[in-house]
Amino acid sequence: MPDLHPWELPRRYDVVVVGGGPAGMAAAVGACEGGAERVLMVDREHEAGGILQQCIHHGFGLHHFKEELTGPGYAQRYLEQVLEHDIDVLTDAYVLDVDASRSVSVLSGRYGRTSVDAGAVVLAMGARERTREAIRIPGTRPSGVMTAGFAQKLVNVAGYLPGKRVAILGSGDIGLIMARRLVLEGVEVVGVFELMPHANGLTRNVVQCLHDFDIPLHLSTTVVRIHGSERVEKVTVAPVDEALRPRMHEAWDVDCDTLLVSIGLIPDNELARTLGVRLDPVTTGPVVSSTMETSRDGIFACGNTVHIHDLVDWVSQESRLAGEGAGAYASGRRQAHDNVRLVPGTNVRSCVPHTITTEREHTVYLRVTQSLAPCTLRLGDVYERPLRYVVPGEMVTVKVRPRFLESFHGGALRVDVVPREEAGRE
Amino acid sequence: MSETSHYLCINCPLGCRLEVDADGDEVVEVRGNACKRGVEFARQEHSDPRRMVTTTVAIRGAPVARLPVATAEALPKDRVVDLCRALHQLRLEAPVAIGDVVLADALGTGVDVVATRSLERA
Ligand SMILES: Cc1cc2nc3c(=O)[nH]c(=O)nc-3n(C[C@H](O)[C@H](O)[C@H](O)COP(=O)(O)OP(=O)(O)OC[C@H]3O[C@@H](n4cnc5c(N)ncnc54)[C@H](O)[C@@H]3O)c2cc1C
Ligand code: SF4
Repeated sequence: MPDLHPWELPRRYDVVVVGGGPAGMAAAVGACEGGAERVLMVDREHEAGGILQQCIHHGFGLHHFKEELTGPGYAQRYLEQVLEHDIDVLTDAYVLDVDASRSVSVLSGRYGRTSVDAGAVVLAMGARERTREAIRIPGTRPSGVMTAGFAQKLVNVAGYLPGKRVAILGSGDIGLIMARRLVLEGVEVVGVFELMPHANGLTRNVVQCLHDFDIPLHLSTTVVRIHGSERVEKVTVAPVDEALRPRMHEAWDVDCDTLLVSIGLIPDNELARTLGVRLDPVTTGPVVSSTMETSRDGIFACGNTVHIHDLVDWVSQESRLAGEGAGAYASGRRQAHDNVRLVPGTNVRSCVPHTITTEREHTVYLRVTQSLAPCTLRLGDVYERPLRYVVPGEMVTVKVRPRFLESFHGGALRVDVVPREEAGRE
Repeated sequence: MSETSHYLCINCPLGCRLEVDADGDEVVEVRGNACKRGVEFARQEHSDPRRMVTTTVAIRGAPVARLPVATAEALPKDRVVDLCRALHQLRLEAPVAIGDVVLADALGTGVDVVATRSLERA
């Protein structure tokens, strides 16, 4: 990667983007398109790209680039666009704080501790992995217990193997993908243990990552104890009952030297929290408007820091919008005010954005609580659309056009996903 | 004599459970597919299962230790592990450009392995 550092860090930018993952890159490009002339993107890692750099598998870009790319391939494509737009990229730099007057304080190897004033700020810090502590597995604290995403970075970027015999807790896509990854690197994967009665990841990952390599998947089973003094020596696992309580008398021991924990991501909302922006208790990310603006003027947010995405394509799309909003704000142009609040209804866990306007077309991202197939999506009593299927692990994207809402005059619009009456086959 | 096998379709996230009646390699009937692509998948999976492979190769002189690589096309499923073993023997030197072939005609399958990102010299 070329050296993108400006010789001297200017004191003022139109837009400062915090985070250089897919969300940050798209927001930076969007900011230029929205009218910003001077844009800075800051990332704490040595290079931009975020989590994509360690996701070496295929499955990125089918919607955005109309081509199935790997994570690093997608990052490289997007970084080229960033470079074309003359955006300043500062890596190896940690954003310590953003205040309400949009002063951004940065700690960087190159410039030490400095602060930059921004016309608008975009928060794009991504997500963190939930750790062993988040679910309180009892036992000793030996080395060899780590999150699956950290192991992914060790293996795919740094070139280290986490251990020789590995057990994986959690069957989300990261856990499944790491199971295959480790087998291909010559590591023995003794099993994947999943608390729920179904795998959390996509079926294609269960097939390609576990079945193909005869890795056992133990459903309705969890890790109840970790053993070992210096290093993990074994873990005790137990089946769970319907209330998800372990049945200890049926527990058994599994020999392993490493336990990977893959139990989900949570938005990295630390900066948002200290800034005092309103947070959604369900997503735990900021509440955002149709232009991805938070409850603080001129502070925008996008990507996994707002809600956890499974497809990077939607991250790019949503973040472009956030960037455009920030660019417009910094140039003194405010967009139309939102007049409709979206309210998650039946079988809808969350909706982003939280508000929309009846004047423009919007993409709304939903998470459902339960799988249904086939089903119907309803917006209040003004619009409905059939959906082939919904599953909790996959975000549902809905285009909401102004004409859908012509006959809507309230302020709060309920969003429901309900079973389809006449179950028809396609 | 036709026999029944079971596959999970991996073409889309619905993941249909396919029941496949086949006479040797010849697929006679597919059930359980919610769309036509399931039939195509069943045929391929039954007679010649293939997978795209992504892994990494050791690289020197770059800012990171591993270069991510992928097969340019799908490889017969039973060669996947062998391919990764062969790639473990490789030692590359930066710079590498995205799309560069790092191993041509891998294991004599006619499939190339290519870099999925560029890495400059550190
Ligand atoms: C294992 C795994 C597999 C996936 N597989 C797929 C797939 O097959 N297909 C697909 O489309 N999507 C996939 N995704 C999802 C997709 O990769 C993510 O949704 C996307 O990367 C989120 O982008 P982001 O920019 O919000 O976050 P990130 O990529 O996490 O980027 C956030 C960036 O912000 C930086 N940062 C954070 N805090 C600070 C700070 N204070 N100062 C400076 N920098 C900071 C971080 O260093 C990081 O670079 C996968 C995700 C994971 C984890
Ligand atoms: S059969 Fe069709 S709908 Fe079912 S998983 Fe395959 S591609 Fe998807």
